[in-house]
Amino acid sequence: MTEYAGDEGEAVAGFRAAPGGATARFAAAQAAIIRDLVSQVAELVATDMPDSSDAEAAAAGGAVADLALQLGVSDATELPDDPVLARLLPDAYSDDPDASGEFRKYTEQGLRSAKVAAAQTVLATLPPSGGKVRLSEPEAQAWLRSLNDVRLALSVRLGITEELGQQEAAPDPDDPRSAYLWVYQWLAILQESLVEALT
Amino acid sequence: MSVAPVEVEKPETGQQAVLDSPWVTIVWNDPVNLMTYVTYVFQTVFGYAKPKAEKLMLDVHHKGKAVVSSGAREAMERDAETLHGYGLWATVSHDS
Repeated sequence: MTEYAGDEGEAVAGFRAAPGGATARFAAAQAAIIRDLVSQVAELVATDMPDSSDAEAAAAGGAVADLALQLGVSDATELPDDPVLARLLPDAYSDDPDASGEFRKYTEQGLRSAKVAAAQTVLATLPPSGGKVRLSEPEAQAWLRSLNDVRLALSVRLGITEELGQQEAAPDPDDPRSAYLWVYQWLAILQESLVEALT
Repeated sequence: MSVAPVEVEKPETGQQAVLDSPWVTIVWNDPVNLMTYVTYVFQTVFGYAKPKAEKLMLDVHHKGKAVVSSGAREAMERDAETLHGYGLWATVSHDS
């Protein structure tokens, strides 16, 4: 786990508590970054998800397959190959592949759908041009989960395996990862402000 | 590898239920999830009071993992599924 303390300056105003939820103001560039990353994670998570054409095919192929789809049962029983997906959709048993497979079969589709829905809430409440965002508590919770998914995805892609200290809060500009490291840190501060606004 | 101290919450029904339901949900430490967020998730998902949620969060942080709930296997799988929804790294296992 990691911890952020202190004021990071005006670039990160973050969320404040508001009646029934939270509010924040975003510059257009900030909104663009969030929307881009949230969309990317949602697309990745939606990969291999049964879509409507699959549903039609399943319906045509038989009532049992159709029912399985409606119940959120999939044939996925193994940890995804993509390391980001593997982190977002982890095994539920650390030492029992069969039990993990059975768990995945009945939960993975629902988990993917929930993550996509959270991402859609962010996209629906954050105007592309930025500006003031006012979130209800359910919307704020969706934001928390979605921002967390984005940070998990970035951490895998950036190879973050240790908690980042204060030194890394201002990444070396020569590091090709520096722009994304900055975004990663900024999203942490944003997420932290939203937790604080809700508690 | 060391075994984390097990903080089994005794269900309202008493000791017998603990003996009948030797399953636990474990949350593992990772370098990404924010400490305040993890505390918030424990409060939100389990309804734990903040001091208890914070203690569990610190156990995860310092010991690498912590037992966050115990009970019937199906209930633990539901807890793990919910925690995965929040991006926490949770597993189910026998409390043995």
